[in-house]
Amino acid sequence: MHTFQFVRPPDSAAAVATAAQAKTAQQGADARFIAGGTTLLDLMKLNVETPARVIDINRLPLGKIEATPEGGLAIGATVRNSDLAHHPTVQRDYAVLSQALLSGASAQLRNMATTAGNLLQRTRCMYFRDTAMPCNKREPGTGCPAITGSNRMLAVLGTSDQCIASNPSDMCVAMAALEATIHVQGPKGTRAIAIGDFHLLPGSTPNRETVLEPGDLITHVTLPPPVAGNKQIYLKLRDRASYEFALVSAAVVVTVAGGKVTRARIALGGVGTKPWRSPEAEAALVGQAANEANFRKAAEAAMRSAKPQSENGFKIELAKRCLAHALQTAATS
Amino acid sequence: MPDDPESSSSNPTRRAFLRTTGTAAAAVMAACAPAPPKITPEQSASPAKSADGPNIEGAVPITLRINGKDRQLRVDPRTTLLDCIRETVALTGTKKGCDHGQCGACTVHVNGRRVNSCLSLALMHDGEEITTIEGLGTPDALHPMQAAFVAFDGYQCGYCTSGQIMSGVALLKEPCGPDDAAVKELMSGNICRCGAYANIVAAIQQVRKNT
Repeated sequence: MHTFQFVRPPDSAAAVATAAQAKTAQQGADARFIAGGTTLLDLMKLNVETPARVIDINRLPLGKIEATPEGGLAIGATVRNSDLAHHPTVQRDYAVLSQALLSGASAQLRNMATTAGNLLQRTRCMYFRDTAMPCNKREPGTGCPAITGSNRMLAVLGTSDQCIASNPSDMCVAMAALEATIHVQGPKGTRAIAIGDFHLLPGSTPNRETVLEPGDLITHVTLPPPVAGNKQIYLKLRDRASYEFALVSAAVVVTVAGGKVTRARIALGGVGTKPWRSPEAEAALVGQAANEANFRKAAEAAMRSAKPQSENGFKIELAKRCLAHALQTAATS
Repeated sequence: MPDDPESSSSNPTRRAFLRTTGTAAAAVMAACAPAPPKITPEQSASPAKSADGPNIEGAVPITLRINGKDRQLRVDPRTTLLDCIRETVALTGTKKGCDHGQCGACTVHVNGRRVNSCLSLALMHDGEEITTIEGLGTPDALHPMQAAFVAFDGYQCGYCTSGQIMSGVALLKEPCGPDDAAVKELMSGNICRCGAYANIVAAIQQVRKNT
């Protein structure tokens, strides 16, 4: 591991000021916030991340879960994944989020990993993690060996000719279906970012993964008030029954009234280069009868623009079945 | 209990044997070791008196409460909690397996919750309460989970065992369904290369039944 300065700022403003000296907040940033450390230290040991400064935010007052005045929920940046998953309000009103969190990682890692850290979880693409290999995300312009190499776990939606790395988060998929908002404190003040606008598609700059700029500190995430009568489910399909990243996953938040789907929020995991909200599937479903044929049509719509790589074409059909089954389970629950 | 119950000369053990025979090899390796890293932490790097740990330039003083005992230490900022426990404090019951949070061999409790000590910096835990396998029970008075692992043969080579037991003990306080499947799910972060899983689950279930 490279040497670094370990900094524990007294407050958020100091944390922002220290991080603002960095040239970028993206891949290769020379300053990094550390909370759980489960992604950052892993990548620092691999020399994929080599920050000169590591800024410990664990003792900042960012660890609360509170109701918002609007009737939603505010989740602090350093709330541990396990605490969030087991919070009574989350279990009751945002079950899809609790299920997604508990399907991710292990009990130990969930005790460490945080809300903000999970938003910034990095791809598990083996070429990204191996500094002996080229990788456009790690070193722009060096090429993408995954496109012609080992890509079974990688993305089929949102890819580019520069990068096909999949986003591995479960939490983000649930938050996409719940239409979460990410709150950031930066050198120029605070701002709120819809989760759909937070992660970037790789395009020609796969080293840029989010809209964060130097000094931007995620302070909390808010969820809108729960929709009365909605049904939620997170369905994750993987190679092992536990402690494994998704091949495909589906987060579904639907409302069914009089046999028809009146509202649908759908997001997919394991298939996209970012947490993949599917307005196509939602549009195909709303106003339609809640039946298997229509769930399948929605799933077809979700995957219409999918592009298979040499080893991961199976994900397209698997994702369709996963989403159709999740919708069926939610609608009949 | 003493920190190293195996140090007694009247009770020769594998570790004591390896320590003696390894001295010559260690001397050779030390000659080849890289120079200490140069680091410039913002925190004070003045050496704390009577603190354990190597005299590394830029080392930072911290206090960890390990198994109920305050330890004043000086650590290179890069030191993981795992390396601090094993190398600085010399409590070697906690094991390094993958060093990337994938195997669970390094599982310890921080403030009563289980974590992968390999994916955490020691500095992040200044002032916090750490419990390792050495803090659970003594050879004469095993923790019920340690006794159950013995009774149910919950290991073969034993390398993952301290992590398994630390996870098993933590699980007792976590939301967990009654059946074996729930235990397997919550124990999935601890890999056993020998495949002693069935006996590990049985040991944990026995302790849950009795508590």
